[in-house]
Amino acid sequence: MQATGRLRGVLPGIIAKPNGNRSSDRLLIWLVVPVFIISILPILRLGFEGVMVGGVPSFDYFHDVLGNSSTWRATANSLYTAGLGTIISLLIGGAFAFLVALTDIRAKAALVFCFMIPMMIPPQITALSWVQLTGPSSALLNAIGMAPPLGSPQPLYSAEGIALLLGIQHASIVFLTLRANLRMLPREQIEAARLAGARGGRLWWQIILPLTSPGLIAGTAMAFVTALGNFGIPAMLGIPAGYQTLPTLIYQKLAGFGPSVLGEVSVLAMLIGAIAICGVALHHRLLSKRDYRLMGMVGRPLDVKLGARRSLVEMALWTVLVAILVIPLLALFTTALVPAFGVKLTFANATFEAFHEVMFVQPSTIRAFQNSFVLSVGAAVTLVLMCLPLAYVMVRRPSNLTKLINLLVEVPYALPGVVLAIACILLFIRIPLIDVSLYGTLAIIFVAYLARFLVIALRPVMNSFTQLDPALEEAAQACGAGLSRRLRDILLPLAAPSAAAGALLVFLTAFNELTVSALLWSAGNETLGVLIFNLDDSGDTVLASAVAVLVVLVVIALMSCFQLAARRLPKGVVPWQT
Amino acid sequence: MADINLSRITKCFGDYRAVNQVSLDIADGEFVALLGPSGCGKTTLLRLLAGFEEPDHGQISLGGQIMASPENNVMISPEDRNLGIVFQSYALWPHMTVARNVGYPLEVRGLGRADQDRKIAEALDIVALGPYANRSPSELSGGQRQRVALARCLVMEPRAVLLDEPLANLDVHLRETMQQAFLDFHRRTGATMIYVTHDQSEAMAMADRIAVMDKGHIRQMAAPETLYREPADLMVAGFVGAGAVLPVQGVTVGSNGNCSVQLGQSSITARICPKLADGLTTANAGLCLRPEDVWVIDDAPLRGQVDDCVYLGGRFRLSVRIGADQTLPVYANRRARIGEQVGLQVNDGWVFDRMSGEAA
Ligand SMILES: Nc1ncnc2c1ncn2[C@@H]1O[C@H](COP(=O)(O)OP(=O)(O)O)[C@@H](O)[C@H]1O
Ligand SMILES: [Mg+2]
Repeated sequence: MQATGRLRGVLPGIIAKPNGNRSSDRLLIWLVVPVFIISILPILRLGFEGVMVGGVPSFDYFHDVLGNSSTWRATANSLYTAGLGTIISLLIGGAFAFLVALTDIRAKAALVFCFMIPMMIPPQITALSWVQLTGPSSALLNAIGMAPPLGSPQPLYSAEGIALLLGIQHASIVFLTLRANLRMLPREQIEAARLAGARGGRLWWQIILPLTSPGLIAGTAMAFVTALGNFGIPAMLGIPAGYQTLPTLIYQKLAGFGPSVLGEVSVLAMLIGAIAICGVALHHRLLSKRDYRLMGMVGRPLDVKLGARRSLVEMALWTVLVAILVIPLLALFTTALVPAFGVKLTFANATFEAFHEVMFVQPSTIRAFQNSFVLSVGAAVTLVLMCLPLAYVMVRRPSNLTKLINLLVEVPYALPGVVLAIACILLFIRIPLIDVSLYGTLAIIFVAYLARFLVIALRPVMNSFTQLDPALEEAAQACGAGLSRRLRDILLPLAAPSAAAGALLVFLTAFNELTVSALLWSAGNETLGVLIFNLDDSGDTVLASAVAVLVVLVVIALMSCFQLAARRLPKGVVPWQT
Repeated sequence: MADINLSRITKCFGDYRAVNQVSLDIADGEFVALLGPSGCGKTTLLRLLAGFEEPDHGQISLGGQIMASPENNVMISPEDRNLGIVFQSYALWPHMTVARNVGYPLEVRGLGRADQDRKIAEALDIVALGPYANRSPSELSGGQRQRVALARCLVMEPRAVLLDEPLANLDVHLRETMQQAFLDFHRRTGATMIYVTHDQSEAMAMADRIAVMDKGHIRQMAAPETLYREPADLMVAGFVGAGAVLPVQGVTVGSNGNCSVQLGQSSITARICPKLADGLTTANAGLCLRPEDVWVIDDAPLRGQVDDCVYLGGRFRLSVRIGADQTLPVYANRRARIGEQVGLQVNDGWVFDRMSGEAA
């Protein structure tokens, strides 16, 4: 089988095996076509722009872009900020995941609940609130009289400032992936290690860390790729400091508008795509060396007793939360309450005028809420339904084709949103064959979201399939259950916690998404991210903050609904529930 | 229920032949054990039967129906084979109750609710787990989980039940109870059972016939007593039962499958393998002696020195050294001092070709 696979080159799975009566082979074809159209075709279309100059194939754009020193400076900056940011995410998210999942700290649900919120704040809002928080015109610091003097430098306008915010922004990604993994860690394996005499640091380093390394590696890779494509934070913090990363370089190229813009953007996009693929390929290499399928019963979670140190650990966790969540949110909130941006907030001048304005005067706010809600819920549901069979085929029936898909689905996520948006416009402005245009409708944003967030939904599910004891599925097979039945009765419930975590990630990321929809929106089809950005861009920072506060409140309300429904859902579906 | 035929089955993982030219015929209702050291290909053979692996060569048929035959492009998938399988890890679904685990095969077959409940109750009664129907598998002990897995096989009335080291995770006491449970199950249902184990005493206690595997080959397939009394080659003689194989010279073939061999200064009478007796060379002859074949008699001419003495309850097992590097396990009624000289009388033995099977 291996030999024939090699002979058929990169497309072995499309041709069913000669005696292939396996339904998974047929399944693959049904999965590959939509995945190809959604996430690979737009990128190919954009790539086409990069290798065609005036209608003839040429490498001129490559020469221009790769020969330019600003390209390489931006690449180095991107690698530095994304790398450092990933380390910060890993430290924060990893510490939270381990402590929450494996120890007896109190108020876990509340901790996790709060820890999820930073991810829901759009990056540029995060950046905005931190700049407002730390800068000389900080409404919060001014209110308490601790603002730095006017004219002093803003410490966040630096590479490390960008990395710090990237790290905070993406810590929940590491947290969620790792937590799904820790849930499946059978208590027996850790107990066995403790009986073997492993304790304290040894237990963590030699048993728990290796067993959870698939989740750690997957979370790290995802955080890195996300940070690499992030536009909001380097735009808000880097541009004032003259510090360019690849996404901001692309943005500035696009702003320039010339005949060669598309070609140059296409080459830069390929560069980011190549870095992302390298990161992901490394991730797969690392993972393929470890097949830590956790055998046996997925049992009761572990409860390491922290003893006297418990209060200390709890205090440290809450302090981190206050720093990364409460203070920036407070900054945002105070900005929404001032009568005009830059004015010092006092009890006398605090006003809810901005909230009234955005909720009852401007019709676009409610419309944007509706649009973003439909788009993010639709994307989350569609993607999870797609990802369950796709992840199954990729994990259980690996072929060269699935390995290729595995790498390519990463690209639309790693590319800056504007690049994906351009790719989608190029492809869908007039769909070949059926001659329909999606441009100017909500549908083009939806398709772009599917492409962009496919990988977010896919990874956690793949991760949990990798860890599932194959005998669980084989037992069902021996009972006579065909593939679709096994997916429904056995694999879906067992992967439900991961799938739900994936869906939630998609929902939360899509709800506030800006960079993709920034180019794809049209009147009546604006998203929340676009609304906030447009308000902020036109100088209505106070209104923008008000909408951002509303968004955070709505998301918290939605999360609370999940929390209330949690008792009726299978265990682990609600990620912040213990 | 159906008979199972494997004909020259080969399965490779890369260049490694995990199962090599295996042929097996298992009759309807038979209890067959697949016995062999760890890594010899037992699980692979079982998975080939179940349909989780596809053979590279050969043919598998079940009740006369071809299940897998790469030469003819036939590969029936596991869900269509109607075989029950009990995994070493039990493979119970943690998100279903015990009753739903057991009833799942019926659910798949679309049986009515009432029929399902009746059959589930019956199956749970057979494995004595009736009161546990509504528990979750994680609330059961190892032995109970194993019995749930067995009940799950039982309800689907499979053509055969395949068990992969089902007792390996259980404690010794529970193992005996479960052995009895499997035997009762076999008697009650008359199901064809194929039982994989690396534990020879387990195989001997339960199976009608045992297939001994080594390095992907089947070395011998026979009833337990035949394996024990008449091992076909050195590997089987060493793997099944206690005892020793001594190289012997001076084999004189007699009548009725008997022969006389020279052991030390004395000449003893033993049974001889027909293949060896049929005029083949006796240069590589080996004598297999089981402990109960050798008695300690003080004035017997064959002398040896006691190396070790272990009390087994009721009797002692001695390791007696005869010659430079040959030790025999023998049973004795009294304790012996280490180093003591004893006399041994050999009442029975089995002479076979020590080198047979090695070429393969
Ligand atoms: N899926 C597989 N891929 C590669 N090698 C395998 C696979 N399954 C089993 N093997 C190899 O085949 C040999 C037989 O394995 P197995 O049938 O599990 O042995 P047993 O069950 O007798 O202990 C072993 O050497 C094992 O490493
Ligand atoms: Mg095995």
